Amino acid sequence: MVDLFEILIGKESDKDYKKKPVIIQGITGKFGSFHTQQMLAYGTNIVAGVTPGKGGQKLEQVPIYNSVKDAVAATGAKISVVFVPAKFFLDSAVEALEAGIKLLIAIPEHVPVRDSLKTIELAKKKDAIVIGPNTPGIIIPGVIKIGIMPATPFKPGSIAVLSRSGTLMYEVSHNLTIANFGQSICLGIGGDPINGTPVIDAFERIRNGANIEGVVVVGEIGGDAEEMLAQHIIDTKFDKPVVAYIAGRAAPKEKRMGHAGAIIYGTYGSAESKVSMYAKANVPVAKRPAEVSMLLAGKLDIKGRIK
Amino acid sequence: MRLLEYQAKTLFAEYGIPIPKGLTSTDIEQGRKDAAVLGFPFVIKAQMSVGGRGKAGAIQKCQNADEFELKYPEIMQKVVKGEKTKAILLEKMADIKKELYLSLFLNRGKRCYTIIASAEGGVEIESVKNQIIREIGLGDVDTKTAEEVAKSMGLKDKSITDFVNILQKLSKITTEKEAELAEINPLALLGDGSLVALDGKVIIDDNAMFRHDELRRFQEVSELEERAEKSGFSLVELDGNIAVVGNGAGLVMSSLDMLSDNGGKPACFLDVGGGATTDTVYEALTLISNMKKVKGILVNLYGGIVKTTTVATAFIKAYENKILDVPVFARMSGAEADKSKEMLKGSRTKLFDTVEEAINAAVIEVNRNG
Repeated sequence: MVDLFEILIGKESDKDYKKKPVIIQGITGKFGSFHTQQMLAYGTNIVAGVTPGKGGQKLEQVPIYNSVKDAVAATGAKISVVFVPAKFFLDSAVEALEAGIKLLIAIPEHVPVRDSLKTIELAKKKDAIVIGPNTPGIIIPGVIKIGIMPATPFKPGSIAVLSRSGTLMYEVSHNLTIANFGQSICLGIGGDPINGTPVIDAFERIRNGANIEGVVVVGEIGGDAEEMLAQHIIDTKFDKPVVAYIAGRAAPKEKRMGHAGAIIYGTYGSAESKVSMYAKANVPVAKRPAEVSMLLAGKLDIKGRIK
Repeated sequence: MRLLEYQAKTLFAEYGIPIPKGLTSTDIEQGRKDAAVLGFPFVIKAQMSVGGRGKAGAIQKCQNADEFELKYPEIMQKVVKGEKTKAILLEKMADIKKELYLSLFLNRGKRCYTIIASAEGGVEIESVKNQIIREIGLGDVDTKTAEEVAKSMGLKDKSITDFVNILQKLSKITTEKEAELAEINPLALLGDGSLVALDGKVIIDDNAMFRHDELRRFQEVSELEERAEKSGFSLVELDGNIAVVGNGAGLVMSSLDMLSDNGGKPACFLDVGGGATTDTVYEALTLISNMKKVKGILVNLYGGIVKTTTVATAFIKAYENKILDVPVFARMSGAEADKSKEMLKGSRTKLFDTVEEAINAAVIEVNRNG
């Protein structure tokens, strides 16, 4: 299995350690070009963009290619951030995975689940990681920002944040930052019912990261990702502090609350079910985003030592 | 999009899944004509997107014209779990020997489609006993798998053939129409061993609707929801009096939770999407102004890249154009917060540093004004 941190940062012996090349699919769109500038400003090593028919042009000094294949051949990039509209996502994802991309950040919202399932099936065959769709992306504060998150809420540190919601990832990280808990990685799972990297897989990929003293999991109603994670924490005897937040306690049943994945059927997907499973795994659940850092402070001191 | 029973059955019929003879109407005059075509007795079934219709009296047997005149209007008026009757299906009764359960659904945890079948159907899925569960990847079901499921359910002879046929056609609906759920509950086993779908529940992936124009005929959205969708917003109408607006589904849900915890009653959930500009916020306020029950608006925006002043401009514009006549309690994090406060001085929009403070103020003021 490919290692997430190795793709994102590399090894110290690598020439491009902490400067891994990234390509942007859909770089000339309004959204894609704006966020390309934002990522460049953060220091992300964006080496190429892809927009069919615009090969040979440049955006902010970044050369544009007609296909991912050409962009990869020219740069050796293994990471791609996809900004194309949802209805074209499957084609772009297949193109990227066939061209050898190993980490695909799928930004678009409203991708049909069938297209996500097909993307995931192909990614498994190619031993590649898909983050999203409907994700803000990944940030390793101070090192790399691949996605649409603002830079301001984050600072380097040793807490991993996994989040099913974009703005709540910013909100919770901002609160952690104020409380002096910097972050080692913040990863957006995505708000869809089907995720390229579900919460439990993301947890597996980061749990043994070199610089992780605690984990914050920002969840919401819908599905059973939190329940599965809680069971997994119990089964694998994970001994670092984990704190959770769950949005949607007040949401009515059978109503889709903004995210395609945020919907309760019967008791399936309800906040109560998630909170009670977390309790079994000794994971405290914050009542509001600002409480996350307080609960974490009950378990860790700011130097990351378990109390 | 959740299809009503008669809509799901229209799909079933198109794909060749047997259903009882039935006719759908929205007024009693058409209902009488349907009754004459069908002939008594039959079942009167309220069409609404909610379970538990039988218990609530929204499904009743009808033996003759006198009963029909009483029951049709009664069922047309039914409200179950907040859902109104949208149409009435009159359906012939079947000679039921046994009620089975069958569904195909998108299994989120396993990330594949999954069959659930049981020889003991007719109750809500949570209570269905002896479930037979098969994971089937992208949703296609081959004959061998279908036969195995039929045999595990204890079906025999003609029932096996019928079941295989129905399961494979349900699978075709799931894959071709991109359903997240296709359920037949109950699937009735009749005296002669044949099978009939007595009820149908189909949920289509909203995000796939762009390639299913043929399903638009089933789509029913309120005027407000339609406007929200056009602006790229998500709107869920709720029962309370404080509208909740924010950028990002998680953030708005979180605001809804905190408002409820503090004794406030949300009037709606409105997510304007990841970004927030003068135009999107202005459009959101315009939408809310159409909701008569709203006595105050809670706004929670995580700025980040966005300047709060662009949002403050929207509030000022909304009052100037007389779109708004209720107070706004806003929390905006992000650049130029002090300047925004200055801009909004003396207006009915109050700015707060934390969402907790905004919620407290909103609950106190809205409750005081009744």
